[in-house]
Amino acid sequence: MEHSANSEITFHHEAGGDDFVKKIIKTTVLLSVITMIELGLGLTMYAFPMAEGFKLFLKGVIVILSLAKAFYIVGIFMHLGDEIKNLIMTICVPLMLFIWFIAAFLMDGNSWKNLRNSRGKSIVPIEQHSPAAEGHH
Amino acid sequence: MSTAQAQIQPKWWSGGKSPFNVEYGKLMMWYFLMSDTFTFGAFLISYGTIRFSQNYWPDPNQVFNAFPFAGHANLPLAFVSLMTFILIVSSVTMVLAVHAGHKNDKQGVIKWMIWTILGGIAFLSCQAWEWAHLITGEHAVLINGQIQHIGTTVTMNPWGAAANVPMIDGHHVTTTGPVAFGGYFFGITGFHGFHVLSGVVINIVMLIMAINGTFERKGHYWMIEKAGLYWHFVDLVWVFVFLCFYLI
Repeated sequence: MEHSANSEITFHHEAGGDDFVKKIIKTTVLLSVITMIELGLGLTMYAFPMAEGFKLFLKGVIVILSLAKAFYIVGIFMHLGDEIKNLIMTICVPLMLFIWFIAAFLMDGNSWKNLRNSRGKSIVPIEQHSPAAEGHH
Repeated sequence: MSTAQAQIQPKWWSGGKSPFNVEYGKLMMWYFLMSDTFTFGAFLISYGTIRFSQNYWPDPNQVFNAFPFAGHANLPLAFVSLMTFILIVSSVTMVLAVHAGHKNDKQGVIKWMIWTILGGIAFLSCQAWEWAHLITGEHAVLINGQIQHIGTTVTMNPWGAAANVPMIDGHHVTTTGPVAFGGYFFGITGFHGFHVLSGVVINIVMLIMAINGTFERKGHYWMIEKAGLYWHFVDLVWVFVFLCFYLI
């Protein structure tokens, strides 16, 4: 078993000695700095009153920073960046499903909210009912 | 294709070797992690869907503002930042364990595996404290015209909008918040915590095997590499749990 496993591998990645440790330290510092920026933005949203639109923009920035963190963890710590391209593709291409997955479901949630707020009627109601039934859910 | 290129590129698909230049176990670990990504993704997207469907959602800065031994000090996100930092550091010690394994450095592997396991246990302890604090930390909430003191559970959420009643003991009274908040929080952080727990168990097994010299006899430390992939994945998932529950 181990014997055949050994012969499966054509070449080994350079372990790289001290260079590699330096790269790891650099990545760690980078991840910590990104986390601190994220926290700073999160606390800014909490501490200072701001327009909803700007808040949404800051949240978008935080999401992009998190994706950068994911890129560094997968690429450097998990060494996916050192693998051959076909392997990278078999991991990354299926993940593109997430683009549809996230967009479709968040829009669904939003539509749900709109429907509930308009009590199942069209978003611009033709006739206004008495506001007594302000939703208890 | 030109013959020059054929000389540089090995014939990956002609048999006898892995076309992806990795051993079977590592490739399967990657595919397992990819499928696990979809499991976590489905959970988080479901949470996002419900959150988008609500008019009101609790502000994480108000919910997660406690720190052990700090009493009632308002320290938004401080504790969860500590947890994030612990997990990043334990990820780094894992990289160093894998690196020591590449050099067949048994003592190095043992040392860094012990640090990684300690990091995992520290993270789990932090999570246990946070859960206990949320469940037992009771807040005054206006329910059906009466003020009740409730904690955060899968069926109760005291983090609603402010209620139109006077303060009690210097605390604002709120209405109940969306009940899905607790369910998603405990469900998803619990599922992640379970991954951390199983990662710690796997790492302990790897440590015992390393101490017993199993990998030395095998001549390589590839098992550490596979355990390392799983451990980094746990860290990776936390990046997104942290993002979805605490930051935005």
